[in-house]
Amino acid sequence: MQDQNIESSTYNDAVIRQFSIMAVVWGVVGMLVGVIIAAQLVWPELNLGLPWTSFGRLRPLHTNAVIFAFGGCTLFATSYYVVQRTCQVKLFCGKLASFTFWGWQLVILAAAISLPLGYTQGKEYAELEWPIDLLIAVVWVSYAVVFFGTIARRKVKHIYVANWFFGAFILTVALLHIVNSAAIPASFMKSYSAYAGVQDAMVQWWYGHNAVGFFLTAGFLGIMYYFVPKQAGRPVYSYSLSVVHFWALIFTYMWAGPHHLHYTALPDWTQSLGMAFSLILLAPSWGGMINGIMTMSGAWHKLRTDPILRFMIVSLSFYGMSTFEGPMMAIKTVNSLSHYTDWTVGHVHSGALGWVGLVSMGALYYMVPRLFGQKQMHSMKAIELHFWLATIGIVLYISALWISGVMEGLMWRAINTDGTLTYTFVESVKAKHPYYIIRLLGGLLYLSGMTIMLWNVIKTATSGKAATATIPAVAAHA
Amino acid sequence: MSDFTSNFWPIFITTISLLGIFGCALLLWLTSKIKITSTNADNTSGHVWDEDLREMNNPLPRWWVWMFTITIFFALFYLAAYPGLGSYAGKFGWTQANQYEKEMADANKALEPLYSKFAAMPTEELASNKEAKAIGERLFMNNCAQCHGSDAKGSRGFPNLTDNDWIHGGSPAKIQETITGGRIGMMPPMAAVVGNAEDVKNVANYVLSLSGSMHDSGRAGLGKEKFVACAACHGPEGKGNQDIGAPNLSDNIWLHGAGEAAIIKRINEGKTNQMPAQGAKFTPAQIHVLAAYVWGLSNN
Repeated sequence: MQDQNIESSTYNDAVIRQFSIMAVVWGVVGMLVGVIIAAQLVWPELNLGLPWTSFGRLRPLHTNAVIFAFGGCTLFATSYYVVQRTCQVKLFCGKLASFTFWGWQLVILAAAISLPLGYTQGKEYAELEWPIDLLIAVVWVSYAVVFFGTIARRKVKHIYVANWFFGAFILTVALLHIVNSAAIPASFMKSYSAYAGVQDAMVQWWYGHNAVGFFLTAGFLGIMYYFVPKQAGRPVYSYSLSVVHFWALIFTYMWAGPHHLHYTALPDWTQSLGMAFSLILLAPSWGGMINGIMTMSGAWHKLRTDPILRFMIVSLSFYGMSTFEGPMMAIKTVNSLSHYTDWTVGHVHSGALGWVGLVSMGALYYMVPRLFGQKQMHSMKAIELHFWLATIGIVLYISALWISGVMEGLMWRAINTDGTLTYTFVESVKAKHPYYIIRLLGGLLYLSGMTIMLWNVIKTATSGKAATATIPAVAAHA
Repeated sequence: MSDFTSNFWPIFITTISLLGIFGCALLLWLTSKIKITSTNADNTSGHVWDEDLREMNNPLPRWWVWMFTITIFFALFYLAAYPGLGSYAGKFGWTQANQYEKEMADANKALEPLYSKFAAMPTEELASNKEAKAIGERLFMNNCAQCHGSDAKGSRGFPNLTDNDWIHGGSPAKIQETITGGRIGMMPPMAAVVGNAEDVKNVANYVLSLSGSMHDSGRAGLGKEKFVACAACHGPEGKGNQDIGAPNLSDNIWLHGAGEAAIIKRINEGKTNQMPAQGAKFTPAQIHVLAAYVWGLSNN
């Protein structure tokens, strides 16, 4: 690997440029679908009376688009960027990396067509039918080969902490996807789950919770561990904290799934284990937040002038908040109130909009100008505006759903002295109407911020040109 | 019934659960014990990535270690108190089924005096009792309105309960029977018995003529003799038979849609329609109150 020709002395950034641009494009698309279905909850007529635009089909389209298209493209882009730069070696097998891009876009396209047409396996966050599942598996294995191949060829002896998280995310998502999607095909685009009854539910929520834990947490912690210290210009706060919280996090997440099935046909013992481990999960989750936020010590003043850093720090605050809320909601007593209400939806969005969204935007704002040979984004003012639109949008969104969630939970359990329920279900739906309007407004603000980002990214990309980054010499100590 | 298929699994679950929890504790203890002596003046580990990425040797924050420790102890106590470790039932002997049954028993006991008063009253009297009517309405809104509508007027496939047209009978006893055990209405596909497509169309027009609905009288006349096949259940005059749940065809009330096309579809395809049993959700006294409310909707 000592040949000094141009080919191996530069990073492979072409695939990162592709993934970065598409991350922003899919972000706008996915959030737009989210705003549409939020509007449908306020004005049901907006489903247009057509099956293809009904809530039940657009909702999985929204979740798949924001998680796997926006989040997925961001993870591909950042992990390829980080693994090359922290291993100081070119990406392993560029052709395969390019395949992961085109393959992943094909998966997204197939989802965007098949979900509105009503093809679904009926498993939340794993709706896509078996032919698409197979394609996902192939792309994912290729991703693993590219990522771990690059790690194996690294020029730096120690593996940087961001890569532990990316590695855990890639391996675990492969395992989760293959186990949960196991199905018997009945025909093209129709299959039946390999599991039955409560086992099927447990496998689904083992998958579902770890999709949050590994796709939306470990992967994005990988992003955090590179881009926060880079943007802040400070060293990571504590190496030992990263060791403990990494191992504790990836071990404990695996157990937490049953808290999605409290007070169901799932056996009591499984529910208790899920709850106990969900509480243990609090400290490992906060380890990441502490390590990120404390990395700022000595650089706090930068928050005043640097909107990109603000994206990252506010995202860590939301991460801390939602990983506190999560274990609390896993407590059975709390869960008996929160389950099936908007509180859950609000909780998910404080993690999704606050943590995943903001840290992705921060990382993309860091990468995009560098990828296109620019000093900074086309408009720093626009980043500032995006930050405030997003933050206010999140606050409106989650506080509206906290109120409506707790309210409907209390309404559902209110009982008259004659033993009948005080409120009918439809009364609880009517009571939520004003909060659905506030939620829609929050979503609109968040989407408008994302649209400004798309404009800013296009401007930056078109006024610059694809930059070639040279691999620097390995520092002496490493 | 045991949750496990053999004695191996509860032991397996217990072992890996405890190993997992103690493993977290061990990891925490070992890491907090390690004293990192930095040779670098800036308290970093000396590793450098991508020109300027470094990490510091700061120890674990103490409050964080405490928080972690407390959650570990909580988990251990929780799993000692509640079912969690395989087939071990937990010190409190709690199960969600027990909790539910106890809460239900307590509530039913508390409501006993209220309902025993109603249980002694006949339906006709109960239907005009203000208190019972209010309770009946609340029960209806939360348990029946989902299908029969808030106004109890039903919709396609879900019978109207206010029109005194009863498929399975409208006496208080019959209504109680329907609520308690549910109903399954089943009409087999009849096309083969009736004849060819023309015959089916003729019969449909005859059926329409029974209620004086718009029809082709020529076809109705031809369909009349073929109606014998239908008469077995719906009666020779199409007035239905409540004992077997065969609807009256002469009253211009159409559960599965009015008009020739809808009737032809029923003859060709038949129909199975179901109301689920509600018996397990209520006490007999509650069903009595609910039935009186439903009876009162068309007998006021």
